Amino acid sequence: MSLEPHELEELKLKIGRDPTSTELQIVAAEWSEHCSYKSSKKHLKILPMDGPLVINEKGYDSGVLDVGDGYVVTAHIESHNHPSAVEPYGGAATGVGGVIRDILSAGTRPIALLDGLRFGDIEKDQHAKWLFKNAVKGVADYGNCLGIPTVGGEVEFDECYADYAMVDVAAIGFGKKENLIKNHAKKGDLVVLMGGATGRDGIGGSQFASDSLESENRSAVQIPDPFIEKLIIEAILEARNEKLIHAMKDLGGGGLSCAVSETADALDIGIEMDVDNVHTRESDMHSDEIMVSESQERMLIITDSVKLVKFQDICNKFRIECSVIGHVTFDNKMHVKKDGKTIANISTDVVANATLLDLPSKKPEYLENIEDKKSFPPLSDYSEVMLKLLASPNIASKIWVYGQYDHEVGIRTVVKPGYDASVLRLDNGKFLSIKIDGNPKQCYVNPREGAIGCFEEACRNVVCTGAKPIGMLDHLQFGNPRDPEIFWTFLESLNGLTDFAKDFEIPCIGGKVSLYNETPKGSIKPTPVIGVIGLIDKKPLRVQKINTDDCLIMIGNTKDELGGSEYSEYIHKFIGGKCPAVDFSESKKNMNAVLELIETELIKSAHDCSKGGLAVAVSELCMTNLIGCTVSLDDVPGDKMDADKILFSESHSRYLVTFERKNLQNLEELLKKHNVSFKTIGGFGGESIRFTDNSKSLIDLSVDKAQKTWLNSLKEMVMHA
Amino acid sequence: MNVGVIVFPGSNCDRDMFHVLSDVFHMTPQYCWHDKPLPENLDAVVLPGGFSYGDRLRAGVIAAHSPIIQDVKKIAEKGIPILGVCNGFQILVESGLLPGVLLKNDSLNFMCEWTNLTVENNKTPFTNKFELNEKIPIPIANGDGRYFVDDETLKQLERKNQIVFKYDQVVNGSSNQIAGVCNEDGNVVGMMPHPERAAEPEINPHDNKPSSLIFESLLKKIGANN
Repeated sequence: MSLEPHELEELKLKIGRDPTSTELQIVAAEWSEHCSYKSSKKHLKILPMDGPLVINEKGYDSGVLDVGDGYVVTAHIESHNHPSAVEPYGGAATGVGGVIRDILSAGTRPIALLDGLRFGDIEKDQHAKWLFKNAVKGVADYGNCLGIPTVGGEVEFDECYADYAMVDVAAIGFGKKENLIKNHAKKGDLVVLMGGATGRDGIGGSQFASDSLESENRSAVQIPDPFIEKLIIEAILEARNEKLIHAMKDLGGGGLSCAVSETADALDIGIEMDVDNVHTRESDMHSDEIMVSESQERMLIITDSVKLVKFQDICNKFRIECSVIGHVTFDNKMHVKKDGKTIANISTDVVANATLLDLPSKKPEYLENIEDKKSFPPLSDYSEVMLKLLASPNIASKIWVYGQYDHEVGIRTVVKPGYDASVLRLDNGKFLSIKIDGNPKQCYVNPREGAIGCFEEACRNVVCTGAKPIGMLDHLQFGNPRDPEIFWTFLESLNGLTDFAKDFEIPCIGGKVSLYNETPKGSIKPTPVIGVIGLIDKKPLRVQKINTDDCLIMIGNTKDELGGSEYSEYIHKFIGGKCPAVDFSESKKNMNAVLELIETELIKSAHDCSKGGLAVAVSELCMTNLIGCTVSLDDVPGDKMDADKILFSESHSRYLVTFERKNLQNLEELLKKHNVSFKTIGGFGGESIRFTDNSKSLIDLSVDKAQKTWLNSLKEMVMHA
Repeated sequence: MNVGVIVFPGSNCDRDMFHVLSDVFHMTPQYCWHDKPLPENLDAVVLPGGFSYGDRLRAGVIAAHSPIIQDVKKIAEKGIPILGVCNGFQILVESGLLPGVLLKNDSLNFMCEWTNLTVENNKTPFTNKFELNEKIPIPIANGDGRYFVDDETLKQLERKNQIVFKYDQVVNGSSNQIAGVCNEDGNVVGMMPHPERAAEPEINPHDNKPSSLIFESLLKKIGANN
């Protein structure tokens, strides 16, 4: 938990003397990968960050989008992987807490959460099951207590996460543009620390998260207290309304060291502080511990002496402790004192800006032949395979998870979890659609196409609610960047995301890089998780119940792309094959067509095809509507292929649209105008999910049986531990 | 029509309730902070859901000892309508204003899902516009929502018509599928499901009219009083 020898030399050179022990702790925290992004920062600049709706302010930890009528939406994504792998309940809970404070820092009220959870194979691995169960409880207990709805997310299991846990949390905020905190400070302003007391939890957390996970360092894991966080939210928003806050930052990785140095650096000021003024949980804490503790539920506020009185009144009302720990200076230094003596006095520029690295990269050998096309032996019983897929942990309904999350509180949730994307109503009559998606199986087979695929899938999901994508959050999670092969996969993913973002003019409004996601068993698969935010000006598509005689149109081509599919990996235990690739122009045409279909109000639902392919997507429509369907594989748009490829390929840019038969002609005409590849592939009715090939029945599965299997499978896996 | 919405540290459905009372049903709600006396002009009081004091010790128990609860007890005696929803129900039970206790759900998990209620008593200020046995699609969201009373008390509740709502199927293992009860006078009602989450068509995927009747019943009651 310290600087590397060459970094120590560099620090000495920069400050012209030996650092004090406190300075060493501060710099080690701030120069960690977790806080400094030293391996990735140079490359992240290629992502497009500007757009007509993007509002840029200095010192924000979240992205801000102007949604019109004087309102803004804020968004951010964070992970808490290392802590969750050691202590899943506390790790996941504090992951929620941290990202919420990023939203709060901008002066907006957090209105929704989404979580992306990944673990090892829960069918075989009891430890993975334990991690999963407790991480879900951690997210639930924290978000539920705050009254911030967890409206969506994803859960995935893969052996590459054995002994590990990936806990990503995205948060959305909403507020008035005029209430945004315009971070600023003038000489003599006061620096206030409010919230929970600083304790010995999370010491060295950011360095812990910047190394491979080899030991269970429990003291590096933070302890959650959602009740205090709730009080902080209400107190801060009240102080915001009274215009008492000049600048604000949450305390996260690196604790006070990071918050103080980054705030000073961003605002071009200095801060002088005294550790004796920090309210602590224990009386005998060492000043170095106080500076790097990552105790949760703390905020750093800059205000002036007149406003301070009112600010303290608000803190008293909520019975939250707040301490004036220092003041603003103009020497651009972070000056820390104890007992009146200086224990650190160092330029904020040195602390907050680690030297950025330019790490070598090399295409991994495993990728040479991995995309060779593969045909599997013909299946003897397609219905049985279908049922097996519906019961598989990655495809089974996640109702056991989101049923534990309060997804209604706040009374904004128009489209609830369980659909393509969740939709929230905003105060200006518009709607926000949000989704996060990852796909490590495909990203492993092809890091570039896999990452683009996650991005496009999240776009498809929000498009299915009638929303136009307006912003993206990226969370890039990889192994050790010092391994050139791993770093190559990072760069490939980043380049792919950048190309898609530029071509579709969707700005990246926030993100996070998490590296060193490794255990002694090895690195995780590349796991970029992409969040897409969409805006609906008029009204969202509210899914209507499908009835007998309704029709099904498929938009988009199905291709021979089984690489990284659930079918290849779960059924045939095979990793490899051609990774689905997004054709940008086809993707764009299809998105626009679906958006226009939704606007006509002639359709009942739109659903994207992703995990498990066409077969699973059709089944989901049947199972959620409790109605049968007959689909002819001969009519599915795309190349002629073996039946299993048509059923289970996970090609992108595909949508299923349902509607009343009377609207068929109008819809077909509209789609022709958009020049997209589409066909009516089936109709609803009966009590079974049927797929025919050459008029022969290939799959015939009772909807009732399929639905029960799909709904209960995950719960049974968890309960029968 | 002045309705007090009591806010404890950790309440988190107060703003939702306020919105529904004011923007949907055009009453005049006001927030009442837990350590201030209750205003005197109130026509009704609502204790909204949330996690008062972070559910520490036991859900609702710390809030039940707040100074404002003494005022709530006084106006309860005067017959003023009082509604506790979710954590508000837990607080009413813990303060002795309503009988019974709320235990951990038999799933041992927090449960957020839509259920159906049946109206068992249509004489209260919050149910006077319902038919008996009318169904209400409504969401629950709680970890400790399993209403429990001993057999003796249950008989008494039935005899005195204090069971206001039941779930139409077994949801969390509550005694006799009870979802909401009232005091002997009928003016204090507690319920675990959230009517404020079901009273608007935009956020109710089923039918918002039945839940709206809970608020319209209050309007009718207060209107009749004034």
